[in-house]
Amino acid sequence: MPSIPDKRGRFGKYGGQYVPETLMPAMLELEEVYAQVRRDKTFQKELQDCLTHYVGRPTPLYFAKQLTKTLGGAKVYLKREDLCHTGAHKINNAVGQMLMTKRMKKKRIIAETGAGQHGVAVATVAAMLGLEAEIYMGTEDMERQALNVFRMRLLGAKVTGVTAGSRTLKDAISEAMRDWTTNVRTTHYLLGSVLGAHPYPMMIRDFQSIIGREARKQILAAEGRLPHCLVACVGGGSNSIGLFYPFVGDKKVQMVGVEAGGHGLTSGKHAARFSGGSPGVLHGTMTYLLQDKDGQVNLTNSVSAGLDYAAVGPEHSMHHDTGRIRYTSANDAEALKAFDLLSREEGIIPALESAHAVAEVVKLAPTMKKNQILIMNLSGRGDKDVNQIARMRGIPL
Amino acid sequence: MMASPNRIAETFKSLAAKEEKALIPYIMAGDPSLADTEALVLALEQAGADLIELGVPFSDPIADGPVIQKAAERALLSGTSLRRILGTVKTLRTKTQIPIILMTYYNTIMAMGEETFCQDAVAAGVDGVIVPDMPPEEADILHKATQANGPCLIYLLAPTSTADRKTEVIRRTQGFIYYVSITGITGAKLQGLPDIEKNVRALKKKAKKPIAVGFGIATPDDARRMAAFADAVIVGSALVKIIAKYQQDPDLVKHVKTFTRQLKNAI
Repeated sequence: MPSIPDKRGRFGKYGGQYVPETLMPAMLELEEVYAQVRRDKTFQKELQDCLTHYVGRPTPLYFAKQLTKTLGGAKVYLKREDLCHTGAHKINNAVGQMLMTKRMKKKRIIAETGAGQHGVAVATVAAMLGLEAEIYMGTEDMERQALNVFRMRLLGAKVTGVTAGSRTLKDAISEAMRDWTTNVRTTHYLLGSVLGAHPYPMMIRDFQSIIGREARKQILAAEGRLPHCLVACVGGGSNSIGLFYPFVGDKKVQMVGVEAGGHGLTSGKHAARFSGGSPGVLHGTMTYLLQDKDGQVNLTNSVSAGLDYAAVGPEHSMHHDTGRIRYTSANDAEALKAFDLLSREEGIIPALESAHAVAEVVKLAPTMKKNQILIMNLSGRGDKDVNQIARMRGIPL
Repeated sequence: MMASPNRIAETFKSLAAKEEKALIPYIMAGDPSLADTEALVLALEQAGADLIELGVPFSDPIADGPVIQKAAERALLSGTSLRRILGTVKTLRTKTQIPIILMTYYNTIMAMGEETFCQDAVAAGVDGVIVPDMPPEEADILHKATQANGPCLIYLLAPTSTADRKTEVIRRTQGFIYYVSITGITGAKLQGLPDIEKNVRALKKKAKKPIAVGFGIATPDDARRMAAFADAVIVGSALVKIIAKYQQDPDLVKHVKTFTRQLKNAI
């Protein structure tokens, strides 16, 4: 495995630690604690136990027979992260950071959430470990993900609405960073994606790479060979890097990251950072960013709250520039169509975020040979989106 | 055009000779418009400001509280950009020689290009720059760009800064040290005055550079207490609040001047 990022948290030219001085000592502490737990056998065993017995790992690698038949090309496998406790991959990271929080003897956790999946995962693990949790969420997202807001509150977390800016994920992260700047001595910021200042992108990738490590073993057991291609949606990029990372060294395995095309790339209303963004600094890291010529961050647009963000993890920026990962996008209409398709073909309702990956599979699989293998990360389940979809279709629930 | 390090240094020198403390008001450039900013800078100087800190609006100001966030939103709505702010500074330089310092997030500088920014800022008459989301770890590119002609790169220290971080910032900073009074964001409630005093006095022993204290200083009384041990006092949110309140009022400048005069008299 290549040792990326470097000691200063750089993935090539991306990454780094662009945070206020007030937070720098906390970033350095986090680096140190993470370096310790990474090689601490007791911690790793505790984490493994938690992933096995609480999260429900390993998650299945499911051969989607019907979808494969319908698309008429590559054999499509789904990595079932939707079957994790709480319904998405987010809990893999939440468990890891929560165990670290205990080690740092901090009693309070804050987090941001877009679709609410990370917020629910944090609220869940905080309840289990008896820590206080406050979740920041844009009010626009609170509306479209009302079910998850209710779930977080049921779990005992405080959900604080953010009314600044676009009232989505970007503003929730800003507000969480402000809280952290104020309460850094007692509070851990449990960031939910491979974003932010070093060591977050590395640490969260490591916690999520359980997805790819399992998938690698599972596909070798099922097929006796590596897949031809991996597909995952990319918001901040944690489920995708989680699947991709353990395959990065396998030169023949292609990887496709799917961003949110929103109303379409030409509309300007999207969240496809690699189709209109340029390198910049947001929320502590240097990475591709949707911004104007003066460096002001653009508003984004996607039917999926979890992909609706102006920046992307710095490791993805590096893989974009080197060409190791190909990035594409699916627009709202394609994602909604894919949402229906997977529900009907396989009896699996995907999260709207994951439906973007399904949309790419619909395009890609038919162009591949029947003996080729494609693994798609089904990062979350779609129960949380059912209300929103019904509303969009004018169906009262 | 090598004016910049000297204007800040000379101001502190002449104040020290008079045993006076510096007042550094912060206003958001372009709030409510750049024409107002021009008038306000001159008014601040007349009312006793010794240096001026001009905020550059950014869409995602993570170190700022709600007052300055909203000011940034207003400034962006009025079409303010870093480039246009430099134009305003250039105009101001035909009327005043007061040191002008920009406070701007890294991305606005990066979008312009670090070298271009430094050249154009100095050419416009900017003396210093504070980048709240750039710790020393990420300062190499901008530091290098300031080497030729400036502007002064002013670093921040916080109550959480460790001993080696203090040493590093003391070594690097030019013009003065920006000491963040509280563990928090701009406009937060000032608390723990004895700790602030202890930290600033300890810092003064190590640093041969002036120390300005900012964040949470809202009243003339706060300013007076800070000035007892700091070389300069920075007042931002409290002033920005007045500008927000009176932005439609023809007496905007008068209200700003009154408050500024109270601050200067207090220190």
